[in-house]
Amino acid sequence: MRGVTGPALFELREVVAGPADAPILRGLTVDIPCRGITALAGPSGAGKSTLLRLLNRLDDPVSGVIMWDGRPIAEWDPRALRRRVAMVFQRPPLFDGTVFDNLRVACPDLVSPGAEAILARVGLSPTLLDRTATDLSGGEAQRMSIARALLTEPSVLLADEPTASLDGASRITIEQLARSIADDGVPVVWVSHDTEQLRRIADHVLVLIDGDVAAFGTLSELDRHPDPLVRDLVGTR
Amino acid sequence: MDRTDIGLLGLAASGILVGVALAISIWRRLGLERSLLWACLRALVQLLLVGSALRLIVDEDDPLVWSFVWLVVMIAFAGYTTWRRARDVPAVLPLSLLAYAASAAVTLGVLFGFHVYELEGRTIVPLAGMVVGNSLSATVLVSRRLFAAAGDHRNEIEGRLALGLSAAEAFRPDLRESLRTALVPQIESTKAVGIVFLPGAMVGLILAGVDPADAVRVQVSVMYLVLGSVATTTAVMSLGIARQLFTGAQQLRRFPGSGDGPG
Repeated sequence: MRGVTGPALFELREVVAGPADAPILRGLTVDIPCRGITALAGPSGAGKSTLLRLLNRLDDPVSGVIMWDGRPIAEWDPRALRRRVAMVFQRPPLFDGTVFDNLRVACPDLVSPGAEAILARVGLSPTLLDRTATDLSGGEAQRMSIARALLTEPSVLLADEPTASLDGASRITIEQLARSIADDGVPVVWVSHDTEQLRRIADHVLVLIDGDVAAFGTLSELDRHPDPLVRDLVGTR
Repeated sequence: MDRTDIGLLGLAASGILVGVALAISIWRRLGLERSLLWACLRALVQLLLVGSALRLIVDEDDPLVWSFVWLVVMIAFAGYTTWRRARDVPAVLPLSLLAYAASAAVTLGVLFGFHVYELEGRTIVPLAGMVVGNSLSATVLVSRRLFAAAGDHRNEIEGRLALGLSAAEAFRPDLRESLRTALVPQIESTKAVGIVFLPGAMVGLILAGVDPADAVRVQVSVMYLVLGSVATTTAVMSLGIARQLFTGAQQLRRFPGSGDGPG
């Protein structure tokens, strides 16, 4: 996997995003570190998913600058950027055809051994390669979509509530997968609504409220945060 | 009486068949009498007007420029109709004007370039009419489908973009599906021709006293013309719309009315 050279993964400066007349992010300034799992927490509408989409450049901010690997992301070729800043979604997009066909969307030259290896990496059986993608269970589909994203050999993985529509057991499997990916040196930025999950996975938490940074730190730091709303959002007991 | 001249009396007699349709509507209480009568009257007046106008330009002594003016007016009207039926679609008016013009240039270019027909008022206007008229519904269909697909399949399209695919690659499955939907009915009707139905141009020629073998040759060329023009118009239209749907940074734009809200 390719690493990044700068000290911070993403540096955001005065970022305003969303509809120009009703922005969702209102002048966000924060550095997102390049190690472990960073969770984005906050109430609905706080701008977590909006922020994630900016990092993959599916959307552009109205104003402000986002740097990645020391360069403004607007200067990157969007295709090259997206292959290094991979993203998985709450509802994994399933393309027509088999699991193998789906994997080849990310890597057209992929051959069977490589496909089997990447499925093994995400804990899926190689027998699934010939399965029609739409026949996968929710958990399998999400793991397949993570495998597909890993095929681009990303430097970071963005995950937009990847377990929100999964049952408890699948949720834990995906969390463990994210941990192993982060341990392999590919940092993960994970949007979550679920405070229990946050406490299981997060090395750092960025708490967004009303489109701005309410708090940033490790869980133990945020457990001592003066704002009770922040403590509530990170599930302080 | 000349075979090609059915006369006013003949025209009036054919009106008996409208009477049959009216009688059925009254008998089964369909409530369609007014719209039936209106449609028949409108068709009669429109065609009489077109006939008189055509008479002015098909004369061999008239300059060809009038035929081309007619062609431009047809394209403009088709563009307007497309815009009216698919006005949510971005840039639908300029794109459809471009699509109809490109289609007319390609198909008429082939027919006149290879001297399938001689370049004269008598051929330009009817052939151009076939090009534009037959492409209209397919163009509206492909425009609306593509626009809807951008909203309905946003998750899949952005999923492909997020994997580093270009906008063209990310939208290719939807583009292919929309083009297929627009072209398949045309291909099906081309297949069924002669077996399930006899096409209008051929029927008209035979009724007008032309040898059926000649009528068939004209009909086949017209059918191929229609197929080629539908394919060209929908291809230009869909490629143009696809470009409108994405930004230069390979992002899928959001449009009010495309069925997706901000995420």
